[in-house]
Amino acid sequence: MSDLAEHVSKEELFHSGHPLCPGCSGGIMMRWITKALGKDTIATIAASCMAIATSVYPSSLAVPCLYIAMAPSPAGIAGVSAALRVMRRKGRFPKDRKVNVMAVAGDGSAGDIGIACLSGAAERNDDGIFFCFDNEAYMNTGIQRSGCTPEMSWTTSTLEGKAERKKDLPRIMAAHDVPYVATACVGFPEDFFKKVVKARDMDPGFKYIHVYSPCPTGWRFPEDKTVEVARLGVETGFWMLYEIDHGFLKLNYDLSKRRPVRDFLQAQGRFSKLSEKHILQYQGIIDERCESMAKEQRCQSLE
Amino acid sequence: MLTGNYACAYGAKLARAEVIPVYPITPQTHIMEKLADFVSHGELDAEFISVESEHTALAVAIAAQATGARTFTATSAQGLVYMHENLFVASGVRLPIVMAVVNRALGAPNSIFPDLSDALDQRDTGWIEIFVENAQEAHDMVVQSYRIAEDERVLLPVIISFEGIIISHYMEPVELMDQDLVDKFLPVYAPKHVLLHPDRIMSVGQILMDDSYYMEYRYQQQEAMDNALKVIPQVDEAFGQVFGRRYGGLFEAEMMDDAEMVLLTAGSLASTSRAVVRALRKEGLKLGLIKLRTFRPFPIQELREIFQNVKCVAVLERDVSIGAGGVIYLEVSHCLYGLKKHPRLIDYILGLGGRDITFEDVSQIARDVYQEREKETLGHSIRWYKVRGLK
Repeated sequence: MSDLAEHVSKEELFHSGHPLCPGCSGGIMMRWITKALGKDTIATIAASCMAIATSVYPSSLAVPCLYIAMAPSPAGIAGVSAALRVMRRKGRFPKDRKVNVMAVAGDGSAGDIGIACLSGAAERNDDGIFFCFDNEAYMNTGIQRSGCTPEMSWTTSTLEGKAERKKDLPRIMAAHDVPYVATACVGFPEDFFKKVVKARDMDPGFKYIHVYSPCPTGWRFPEDKTVEVARLGVETGFWMLYEIDHGFLKLNYDLSKRRPVRDFLQAQGRFSKLSEKHILQYQGIIDERCESMAKEQRCQSLE
Repeated sequence: MLTGNYACAYGAKLARAEVIPVYPITPQTHIMEKLADFVSHGELDAEFISVESEHTALAVAIAAQATGARTFTATSAQGLVYMHENLFVASGVRLPIVMAVVNRALGAPNSIFPDLSDALDQRDTGWIEIFVENAQEAHDMVVQSYRIAEDERVLLPVIISFEGIIISHYMEPVELMDQDLVDKFLPVYAPKHVLLHPDRIMSVGQILMDDSYYMEYRYQQQEAMDNALKVIPQVDEAFGQVFGRRYGGLFEAEMMDDAEMVLLTAGSLASTSRAVVRALRKEGLKLGLIKLRTFRPFPIQELREIFQNVKCVAVLERDVSIGAGGVIYLEVSHCLYGLKKHPRLIDYILGLGGRDITFEDVSQIARDVYQEREKETLGHSIRWYKVRGLK
């Protein structure tokens, strides 16, 4: 951590005073993103909790920002980067001035209503960084299930727990063969910051960063436990930190020493109805997922 | 000789559209193909983006225009209603995007033939809507539309509409504009009002809490539309001075000086109706023609002045608002309210799904209504013309 503190910019481009809930990991995420990308950035924000912080006057975000609608934030990357390219060619924007083009969308926007738009931007390899702010439900409308809500989780539209599994969005994006796909988590800022910087400094193309973002309001845990719950998510293998750089997979957190998933589940109210049998069942799902990922990394290094 | 679609694409090229996000749909697709061809052969310096949906096409146009580039897109029917949500965004953040809408019936039942309802359905979105009659007008209006849209008194997006197949696919003689003249007529887009630029931190597409300024945003859009009523004829006149072609601005009025009865229509039906008016004038029928060009802003006051002096107006329209009547008829109706002496108004809903409306059809309608013009009582004022199986 001390290493990060020395490197990171002291300038704040995401200011306090925003209306996010106390303990929101989105505020932490926006702060790290803007510190890594700097002032020469243009953002598009989907309808989401983050839109409230960035598009309500006075805005907390100190870079130019466009809000279109729920689905099409990836289209913002296409439009802004295309306009900059043509204006550079025509001499209306300095050729040597780099502008980071980014978009932020929640899991419901990125993975459900906007997945066609996201897939299109990835397939065209539009130039920018897309951040999926994954708090595992439609939180801005009051905690309804999304495709990214994990199995057995309570939401206001899955009162008995979600029956289906979580949609694996980063893997779907990796299947588009984009230059860079990474998962991150607000509980691991050094890893997160490094990944944003890496995406920023790559050649033009589509980069996808999926940010695991615990939500005290929706997940039902105390607002001062956000980082703790975020770390538990990674430490138990519930959420895996990895990157796929030009097709090469690298796990960024050692899965072999993971804690029992019970530690993560029992820290939150949304899993409070889970029986002992459910928890064991969940452990099985997590073990299977982690082993499959570790195997994939091993197979790749043998190639 | 060019099709309406190609004439429109040449218009976008001459207007130097810079970002062109577009998704294929019949009968618009030739516009997309021609623009792709221009860009790939280096004839047009633009970013052509083949997107995965119309919803995204307009979203990309919004983002690009907000970054300072001139954008163009085109669509039809289902594509237009698929992007409907984003139409409000483009006008709400005051982006002068120009979009060609090649009118096509909305499914179901599905048809690639024309019905103006697709564009008319966008009437509340805050876009200027202009209907054109032929390929030449489609060509010229792309350039005129950018000049209207980018005028600082307006700053609203524009839809140019023309009927699928009838105008989009059939070839007509078209005089292409000269690039140097277009460049003088239409300067480079240099927005002062909305711009995403790192040196100017601006949040575009605000979320308003409680009752803060939503009404004022809407009122300013209304003011811009009111201004467009003046700007559209001015641009038409300025265009005429450079290129020698004038279209009449908000509407074209022909033989109206002593007309007792008016045919009011839009799109390709104007060509047929004009021929009918000219022919029946020779027989002594005092007929006039109004070709409605701008549906938004709707020229209420301007039409009222004309209507004071006529006995009867027959609206011929290729569209319908099911449960109410022809969309144009309904708009024309409220122009009559409060006039001391107002004409009878009869609506003909015809030609839906591209059903052919010939010179003879329009002549028959004109004669029928002309005979009725003095009658105290009329039959149905909304008439479905040539519907099979009607008794």
